[in-house]
Amino acid sequence: MADILVLAETEDGAVVPATLEALTAARQLDGDVHVLLCGDSVDADDAAERLGEYGASTVHVGESDLLNVFGPEAWGQALALAIEEISPDVVLASGTSKGNEVLAMAAARLDLPFVANCTELPSELADDDEVELTRVQWGGSLLEQSQLSAETRIVSIAHHALEAESAGGSAAATETIDMEIDDLYARTQVVGREMAEAGVTLATAPIVFGGGRAVGSAEAFAPLEECASLMGGRVGCSRAVTNNGWRPHRDQVGQTGTRIAPELYVASGISGAIQHWVGAMASKQILAINTDPEANMVVKADYFVEGDLHQVIPAVAEEIKKRKA
Amino acid sequence: MRVLCCVKRVPAPGAKINITADGQDVDTAHLGFAMSPHEECAVEEAVQLCERFDGEATVLTLGPPEAEEQLRYAASLGVQKAVLLSTDGSSWDPQRTASAIASAIETLEAADGPFDLILFGNESADSGGYQVGIRAAHALGRPIVNAIKGIEPDLDAGTATAKREIDGGFELYNLPMPAVMGVKEGLNLPRYPTMRGRLASKKIEVSVMQAEADEGGQTRVTLKQPAETVSNTVKLGNGPEAAPAIVDLFEELGLL
Ligand SMILES: Cc1cc2nc3c(=O)[nH]c(=O)nc-3n(C[C@H](O)[C@H](O)[C@H](O)COP(=O)(O)OP(=O)(O)OC[C@H]3O[C@@H](n4cnc5c(N)ncnc54)[C@H](O)[C@@H]3O)c2cc1C
Repeated sequence: MADILVLAETEDGAVVPATLEALTAARQLDGDVHVLLCGDSVDADDAAERLGEYGASTVHVGESDLLNVFGPEAWGQALALAIEEISPDVVLASGTSKGNEVLAMAAARLDLPFVANCTELPSELADDDEVELTRVQWGGSLLEQSQLSAETRIVSIAHHALEAESAGGSAAATETIDMEIDDLYARTQVVGREMAEAGVTLATAPIVFGGGRAVGSAEAFAPLEECASLMGGRVGCSRAVTNNGWRPHRDQVGQTGTRIAPELYVASGISGAIQHWVGAMASKQILAINTDPEANMVVKADYFVEGDLHQVIPAVAEEIKKRKA
Repeated sequence: MRVLCCVKRVPAPGAKINITADGQDVDTAHLGFAMSPHEECAVEEAVQLCERFDGEATVLTLGPPEAEEQLRYAASLGVQKAVLLSTDGSSWDPQRTASAIASAIETLEAADGPFDLILFGNESADSGGYQVGIRAAHALGRPIVNAIKGIEPDLDAGTATAKREIDGGFELYNLPMPAVMGVKEGLNLPRYPTMRGRLASKKIEVSVMQAEADEGGQTRVTLKQPAETVSNTVKLGNGPEAAPAIVDLFEELGLL
């Protein structure tokens, strides 16, 4: 049976949900699922219970002072050491920012290839040195069939490519690995945080009011802001808007911005270029407001209002206020 | 201060990305080219830092001879030196790309001294391998952090503070220089070229080096389209008169 090693990503003292997606994908392969948990920021017994529930048989806890907070070089070395110790056939993480970063770091150390953001894992991955994988290009606008040739196959599974499903498993066994991490790697450890005031973020808002180039200026976003604040949502925008300096980049939806997944995305004056669409497509429902009934956003939306956003949005704000009163 | 930014020439597609008949590449017959958006910010940052600290900004690309267009664009924004690591235009795997870039950097540094800061895009817009900068930094023995949206060097201390965006805020890192960073769009707002910049960019000399490195363990087999989203779009109405129907929808979805 093959051995599969999954990297656990942690945040605020817990294993992140994306890691459970990676475990769900790992379980589909015929193999024994190991997890590397770096440092002591997460309680190992709690983690073993949660990771075991999702199919892990053994949690290897990497112990070193240099692993207790995140650092890409230290974590990358830890993963490389764990690979040497466990000799897995497959090494897997969720394709999050840090997941891909640590896999790439370990791959660089071991001079192995690394295939980022696969959409699914074929069963041959577990037992064949040569395997064809489907992976994401252009942030999801295009797919690539890629041939991976390696004795140890390092891959990430694109975040949200599948939903995490509990296997109903019992707590995983825990083992510790004493890690000798180079002191030098303290140089890339997290030294602090700056958090914005609490509240919904673009990534978590239930409704997003998006505005595109047609909004025309920073000031003209006021009616969209009003709708968002009346409904506990957030304002999003297209790259045309951030390029013009009308909104900060953190509001940008798309390939090089944020992936959103609200209950409803209201896209006003946005044409729906493919790079915008890949950031919006996880929305449960989409309402497009556009003067052009042929716009890509309109064609792909669930609902459509034909018209000038400068008239429609203020009318929507008034209607919300009327019903709330 | 010496800053190097590494950029990639990519097609600039619109509503859909078409694939060539042999399935090997994006069909660029009717497309323009650009550098990846993250790298536009890398170039802007390099120029800003060199303006502030009286330094020299260099741009490097590995790609076909046509990638000179992206180098000249960077020059029109204020980059002083340009290096083309020339390939035949075929798609290079990430290990090979990183190794060729790292050895080119060694050559450049042997001639003119080390770069204090090397900036890569977090991932390229097209192939999105998420690893070239990391592999190059590792080969050079330098620190690297990815997903950077803010850089503040302290030249006296020889360090640079870097901000990484996480959900709801930023994580802070403090890297000793020389350092490498994978940066993301939002790091800054890139400027547009001025007429003077455009003229200067025509005169800049592009140093050409042959890219050389062994192939890695990942090979492209083919490109393909993802499943199309088909939607039976329901029209709620025209103009401001549609507002009640829109708010009905909010209520139906339990959002109001
Ligand atoms: C590598 C790469 C990455 C990219 N990443 C992103 C990204 O992350 N996010 C992103 O958004 N873009 C991204 N882009 C840019 C993208 O290709 C488009 O250029 C951009 O999304 C267009 O923005 P827009 O829809 O606001 O503008 P336009 O395409 O100009 O669309 C404006 C729309 O407004 C409509 N309109 C005009 N007047 C009105 C009116 N009065 N009322 C209502 N509607 C009106 C028009 O019919 C049109 O549909 C990327 C591009 C590249 C090459």
